[in-house]
This record gives sequence, structure tokens and C-alpha cells, in this order.
Amino acid sequence: MNHQESLYHFALQMGDNALILGQRLSEWCGHGPVLEQDIAITNIALDHVGQARSWLQYAAELEGKGRTEDDLAFLRPEFEYRNVLLVEQPNTDWAYTIVRSFLFDTFNYFHHVELTQSTDPGVAAIAEKSLKEITYHLRYSSEWMIRLGDGTELSHDKMQQALDDLWMFSGELTAMTSLETSLAAAGLAPDLSGIKPLYDGRIAAVIQEATLEVPSGAYMQTGGKEGRHTEYMGFILAEMQSLQRQMPGLKW
Amino acid sequence: MSKDWPLWEVFIRSKNGLSHKHAGSLHAADAEMAIENARDVYTRRNEGVSIWVVESRHITASNPEEAESLFDPAKDKVYRHPTFYDLPDEVTHI
Repeated sequence: MNHQESLYHFALQMGDNALILGQRLSEWCGHGPVLEQDIAITNIALDHVGQARSWLQYAAELEGKGRTEDDLAFLRPEFEYRNVLLVEQPNTDWAYTIVRSFLFDTFNYFHHVELTQSTDPGVAAIAEKSLKEITYHLRYSSEWMIRLGDGTELSHDKMQQALDDLWMFSGELTAMTSLETSLAAAGLAPDLSGIKPLYDGRIAAVIQEATLEVPSGAYMQTGGKEGRHTEYMGFILAEMQSLQRQMPGLKW
Repeated sequence: MSKDWPLWEVFIRSKNGLSHKHAGSLHAADAEMAIENARDVYTRRNEGVSIWVVESRHITASNPEEAESLFDPAKDKVYRHPTFYDLPDEVTHI
């Protein structure tokens, strides 16, 4: 794979993370626990969809086959999606939603800080633009971790349960694929082993402040970055893609 | 303690140099959350550069029944307005 192809796959991976998490968070629209959080979480969903657009536009440009961001978002089969397994996990309830975002936002933040230094100007520019939003996402999900973890007995237990259940999907964030290794060697994307200590440190600090326990489970599930997804992914795509599949080329 | 989060009043400064204006109210568990909620509810269409929040219970309002005694006396004191001067046309912002 040459640099251009590697970058194309990397842009897909970045775009898919944002797209699928954005889709998941947007499921809260009209169903938020209170009006203020309904608006907040939908707002964050839109940030993710916006970032997905930037990455998928760039991917389409790198691919150079005349496909558009919409083709990439709505017409690929499941195994071509490169998002991590964590972001496709269901909302379940507010606790799972916050824990999922917190784990992802923490990695996403440190990842983007490094991506602004990419030797590829396109990657660096998208990272620079997204970082402001991601900084807020991390602040938001961290606040909620602490608020609910250190809240009532019930909220504490729900957060711990969500953390325990989602934990095995967190390892994939910092586990490098061969694509990421070759990108790191070329200075196009960061070496994730450099991000891992920052990620682990921040996760542990927030979990401690939230009076929660870092889960002891050591087994980590991986595969999303290589297109092997959990059973939830097909359902997300079915809903997301149905309109474009039924009416190809449809525009608002 | 009430089960509902307290009500907060939100004030937004639309740009530097202007004063904060009342934008509305919202519920939040504490000041931090009130700022975040205000950011999401009242500034997502680029309305502001600064936010103040204050718990609604800390605001003391004038009594509407006292409006006559408080505000009517000012109505017949036209001499408090600088309307008796001839202003040059060049002066526009008065």
C-alpha cells in the first residue's frame, strides 16, 4: 500500500468512528433524560457527523475514483467500515452512553492532539479543526462520569456496571493495526503506544474522582478497525442506509 | 432536597464590548453544569462569547404591584431627558 492508499484507509477509519458514534448519539434526539441534555447530546452528535464529513470528503478525494462523502457513508457494506467496536455499542441508557463517550473522547482527544502534527497537511488541518469540539466532548463526558459515579448509590452502581460491560471494547482504541504502524513510521499518524500512557492516566484519574473502580477484566475485544464488527453494526447500517438504498441518489 | 434540579438564569454577552443580556433559564444540578447547558442551549448558533449563570432564587425582583410608585414618577420629568438641545446633524448616536 502506498501512502495515498494508507491515508485513504486511515481517513475512512477516522470518519467511520465519528459517523457511527454520531449516529448512535443522535438516537437520543427527542429522548434525552431532560431537555437540556437532549439538546447537549444531539449537539455533540452533530459535531461527530460534521467531523465524519470532513474525513469522508478527504477519503473520497484521496481515493480519486469519483465517489463522494455520501457514497462512502451510505453505500459501503458492513465489512468495509473501519470504526472501533466501542462506538457501535448500543446506547442502552444514559450510563452506557456516557461511559462509551468518555472512553472514546479520552482517546480521541489525545489522538487528535498528535494528529495536528501529522506530516500530511490534510490530516493536520482536519485534526486542528476537530480538536476544539473534542476538547468540549471530553469535558462533557468526564463531568458526567464524575457526577453520576460520585452521585447516588443507584447512579454509582449503574455507572460501574456500564464501565465493566464496555471495558473490553476500550483496548482496541490504543491497539495498533498494521495500517497504523506503517502510518506512524511515515509520520502521518501518531504511534499509539505514545498515547496509551496519557490515555490510561486520564481514564484512571477520572474514574478515581468518580469513586468508581477501574475494571479488572484484562480481555480486550478487537477487530473493528479491520472490518470485523459486533452484531450491532448491521442494524445501525440498516437504519442509516435504508433511504439511500431504497432511493439511490436521493437528496434533501 | 428537591428531586428537581434548581433553575438558573442565563446571561449571554453577544460580543466583546457589549453587556451580558438575559437569554433565558434552564435547569442544572450546579453552576458547572449550568454553564455547559447554557452553552448548548443558548450559544449553539454562535450567539455569544461569554456566559453568566445565576441561580434564579438569588434574584430579587421588584414587585409588580409597586410599579406605579416605583416607575410612574419618572414619566412626568421630561427635563431629565436631554431633548431641549439643538443637536448638530453630524451627531448621530444620541
